[in-house]
Amino acid sequence: MPATKLCFHTVKDLRKALLNREISAVELVDASYKRIEEVEDNVQAFISLTKDLAYKTAKEVDERIKINADIPPLAGIPIAVKDVICTKGYTTTGGSKILENFVPPYNATVAKKLEENMIPIIGKANLDEFAMGSSNENSAFSIAKNPWNFKMVPGGSSGGSAVAVSSGETVISLGTDTGGSIRLPASFCGVVGMKPTYGRVSRFGLMAYASSLDQIGPFGRCVEDVALTLQAISGYDNMDSTSINIPVPDYSATLHHDIKGLRIGVISEMLGEGTNPEVKEAILNSIKIYENLGAKIEEISIPHNQYAIATYYIIAMAEASANLARYDGVKYGHRSKDAKNIMDMYMNSRAEGFGDEVKRRIMLGTYTLSSGYYDAYYKKAQQVRALIKKDFDKAWEKVDLLISPTCPTTAFEIGSKISDPLSMYLMDIGTITANLAGIPGISLPCGFDSANLPIGIQLTGPVLSEEIMLRAAYNFEQSTDFHKANPAI
Amino acid sequence: MPEITQEIRDKYETVIGLEVHAQLKTKSKIFCNSATEFGQEHNSQVCPVCLGYPGVLPVLNKKVLEYAILTGLALNCEIARHSKFDRKQYFYPDLPKNYQISQYDMPVCKNGHIYINGKKIRINRAHLEEDAGKLVHAGATGLAGSTYSLVDYNRTGVPLLEIVSEPEISSPEEARIYMEELRNIVRYLGVCDGNLEEGSLRCDANVSIRPLGQIELGTKAEIKNMNSFKALQRAIEYEVERQIELVEHGERVVQETRLWKEDEGITISMRSKEEAHDYRYFPEPDLVPMEISAEWVHRIRETMPELPAEKRQRYISELGLSEYDADILVNSMEMAFFFDSVIELKTNVKTAVNWLMGDITAYLKENKTTIDKTELTPESLAEMLNLIDKGIISNAIAKKIVIQVLENGGNVEEMVEKQGLSVISDESSIKDTIKKILESNPEQVERYKSGKPQLFGFFVGQVMKETGGRANPETVNRLLKEELAPC
Repeated sequence: MPATKLCFHTVKDLRKALLNREISAVELVDASYKRIEEVEDNVQAFISLTKDLAYKTAKEVDERIKINADIPPLAGIPIAVKDVICTKGYTTTGGSKILENFVPPYNATVAKKLEENMIPIIGKANLDEFAMGSSNENSAFSIAKNPWNFKMVPGGSSGGSAVAVSSGETVISLGTDTGGSIRLPASFCGVVGMKPTYGRVSRFGLMAYASSLDQIGPFGRCVEDVALTLQAISGYDNMDSTSINIPVPDYSATLHHDIKGLRIGVISEMLGEGTNPEVKEAILNSIKIYENLGAKIEEISIPHNQYAIATYYIIAMAEASANLARYDGVKYGHRSKDAKNIMDMYMNSRAEGFGDEVKRRIMLGTYTLSSGYYDAYYKKAQQVRALIKKDFDKAWEKVDLLISPTCPTTAFEIGSKISDPLSMYLMDIGTITANLAGIPGISLPCGFDSANLPIGIQLTGPVLSEEIMLRAAYNFEQSTDFHKANPAI
Repeated sequence: MPEITQEIRDKYETVIGLEVHAQLKTKSKIFCNSATEFGQEHNSQVCPVCLGYPGVLPVLNKKVLEYAILTGLALNCEIARHSKFDRKQYFYPDLPKNYQISQYDMPVCKNGHIYINGKKIRINRAHLEEDAGKLVHAGATGLAGSTYSLVDYNRTGVPLLEIVSEPEISSPEEARIYMEELRNIVRYLGVCDGNLEEGSLRCDANVSIRPLGQIELGTKAEIKNMNSFKALQRAIEYEVERQIELVEHGERVVQETRLWKEDEGITISMRSKEEAHDYRYFPEPDLVPMEISAEWVHRIRETMPELPAEKRQRYISELGLSEYDADILVNSMEMAFFFDSVIELKTNVKTAVNWLMGDITAYLKENKTTIDKTELTPESLAEMLNLIDKGIISNAIAKKIVIQVLENGGNVEEMVEKQGLSVISDESSIKDTIKKILESNPEQVERYKSGKPQLFGFFVGQVMKETGGRANPETVNRLLKEELAPC
């Protein structure tokens, strides 16, 4: 493999090469930046590069290797970080004009963990503005492109994070998932992406979109890389009150155990109308693979699935309308130049700083929380959310994991849905229930459509079932070749 | 404003409800580690969390919840087993997130009451929230003419307990007394400084009137910006008059927020009901709901100090103080604590009260201070009172000693010894002085003897003056009478 394609290797292989001194961490970072030079014009995965930071970390790793000191499992492995996660001293834009020049004076807890684990941050990955979108077209800076076909969207909102891994710019990446924002782009770009249990990974320093749904998670080119990355970022954080205070298991230790007797449910509602036939076929195929692996398959109904999109968009937008109120031009971020009074300053700064989709969500959220509407919208949505949770709790009495398509379709063409928000929102139908229920979910490659675009299969499981979920994903991956295919760029 | 006669006034009933904000004096803020000290350099007590930076999260300071529970118990409230925070949304530059973390429908404390002058005033609720920052208007001396404003975020995130009364207060004076009692309570609990001028205790008043006998409430106005007890009473007095005046002229009271203008002694309209905010409350998703165990509440209850009402009752029924004296002592917490310590040293209660309420209070008023900030200790006062009781020093001497000790401290007994201040009871020495005085005032002696007995006091005074106040007054009286007796 040419030097610029080092990032296509697995973490395990690269670590071996580092420890055997076949390559240095600095060379690995070099390779990452060279690859970025090669493909970035076409894929637009990054908003900014953090070379100082990456090389500083890589040098530390090399120093330690030189003196035969221990290094953490992911030391020296190039990572991309979604630009909605604060990195101390490095611009963090949230994909928005309103924070175009914002440099946080603090690290997100996950950024701190990357630093502690000596994982060089290569750059800040492109995204839909404030993580609002399913296609990456809402980025205020540029639209990330699908490496399998530049005319297609990479999915969103963590588009840049998926693209960076898919096109071999970095080995792993971090994204965030509020309604499917990790799993959808993973599916569209043919990589593995995981949304952990709500509270498993600290949200401190993650610019909030919808606080009760947001969760940071990893991307990788294989399940093991995802397991290792999740390991590095998980754990209790006293800076996040919603963080779970339960020890993190060793995810990669049990990956290779078999899954004989594992009970897997197929969500019947997700294979009906609206699911692309090629996608459906790939999923049915995958189910067969699981059967061959010794899993017991059972059909499961999530009856309230049909209300999931409406429920999600009411809750997410309500929370977003409050979370984004702080971007007002008073303390940091964009401030309009022409304001004559405080009201003008607020309105102009926000009108100039926010993009259309963000404005739409703020307005919808403001509306649903308004006096007289709260009971009809927000309160009702929370009630439906509880029902969806109950549906899942019932399912876990019968099965260990659930299987469904990550998305009813494969990647769509850039521009084809941007003026039709509703059809865009429908892309999240397969993923948002996991956010509403607070449960983990993973998307992994399970085939290609006739246009050679990747198809993703999703596994979901009960709260804190990451270990068994990763094992099931690993078993599937080891008996298929889909993850070995790379985009021809 | 034209005069409203008492006759007209008597046709109406005043209905007042108070919303009191007490800053809880925890070391750090409610949701972050920044300090809470008052009067520090602008924006020196801030961090990304209280400044509302992107991605930061609130974490509840447990001490704040403990203080809220303690206060709730003191206000006879039910303490919620489950409680939560909500976001109250409005845009203002002193509110960094443009929402305030507050409590909407599940306050920590509810359904309480306190008694003022024997009347029960019910408390609807007491809930926690974060304070906002302060605008500093620049480019001019005041808001008028200022060309821009700066924000000081030191106060942002300081914990507040908002205590909301039922509309059961029926006069401006009663409102003031209720507020004073709340101040006593939070100060006795040690949860709040209770400083109205610095704003650690603030109050909004909902005021309405209705014709006597009418059951439904009149339209209320909310009065803000009262920074002293006097202002509170004056503002409500003004507002009641204004509303009676309106109704008497066939006009209607408008539901609005009004601002008390201290200098002019009036309230002015700030915003109408239509302009009122729609706060769009919803549960704060960044904080988990609070579970408050009965066991924790029990433990907090065990730390409850003696409350002002209990102390007042004890002073009256156990120590035999008058209601008036008990009230004054209790309303000055430092004085009450001092008094308690003095009493513990087995001194005479009556004498202790007299000294504290008399010379010592006068000194404190003159020097605008409180007793805990002087050099006087309960021990030194008790010592002095004992010396008086034993007849070792006279009252007149004690008056001088107490001022010295208030200012410089010191051991009273040593002082008496070193400065030779003890009472002279030696009869021959006093007799000599008396003789000297009588000899040098022959005229007065003559007049006294010819039927002016009121001159006796003059001779006593002269003797006391001659002895520097040290002569035993009883001895002086007895011996003087002997000397002046007709031979």
